[in-house]
Amino acid sequence: MVSLNSYLTLGAVLFSIGAVGVFTQRNALIIYMCIELMLNAVNLTIIAFSRYLNNLDGHVFVFMIMTVAAAEAAVGLAIIISLFRNKATVNVDDFNISKG
Amino acid sequence: MQLLMFYFFGFGAVVSALLMITTKRPVRAAMSLVATMSFLAGCYVLLHAHLIAALQLIVYAGAIMVLFLFVIMLLNIQEKEGMLAGSAIILQVVGVLLVSLLFVVMVSLFKVDGSVALFGEVAAEFGTTKAVGEMLFTKYLLPFEIASVLLLAAIVGSVILAKRRIDDSE
Repeated sequence: MVSLNSYLTLGAVLFSIGAVGVFTQRNALIIYMCIELMLNAVNLTIIAFSRYLNNLDGHVFVFMIMTVAAAEAAVGLAIIISLFRNKATVNVDDFNISKG
Repeated sequence: MQLLMFYFFGFGAVVSALLMITTKRPVRAAMSLVATMSFLAGCYVLLHAHLIAALQLIVYAGAIMVLFLFVIMLLNIQEKEGMLAGSAIILQVVGVLLVSLLFVVMVSLFKVDGSVALFGEVAAEFGTTKAVGEMLFTKYLLPFEIASVLLLAAIVGSVILAKRRIDDSE
């Protein structure tokens, strides 16, 4: 049988992969995708706990997280488009205009 | 059988996530992320979360990733070759080390009492659209309505951010 621990470990592995991607990638679009991956890993953890506790509230939380992720993706991609319009690049190393 | 399916979906998700963070091409990363999300939808089905699995495929693998691909095609990014500066590499190594520390802490937290938590039986309607929908429209009605306001704010915000100014269009 699959235990709760296996799902939690899978969630931890995916979250760590996403966090490593945020640190190592320089492309703003791929960094956004890594953030989506981290949100997905958290969703998996919540669903696993929801199944373990036999409680449906976790599914509603995941629904809300998906809503926020969709809003975040729309606004974030709009920001990336307007940044690209100003500098013609999406490399995060080139965006240091708010550096003190 | 269930164990086999879990290993299939789990390894698939991890491998495609690793493919995503090691490539430099945004389109390949997006397609790998679609694969990861589809494998995760399989995991949700194994956990009796049928509505969430369908939403995962429709909203994440469908809508959000199409938005990503649309922006990638729209921007037509030229990839920049060359090595990173020394300070950037040090930052990356420190970041990866911090994440691996976090991972070790997370995994050791699961094994605190050394017992293995097995899943119990659930009712037949667990995770169906009816059960989750009833909860959304009774217990969580206010958060549900606030979510609609959030989506409206996101629509207005992205239109304002991405629209071309009239004065600098010449």
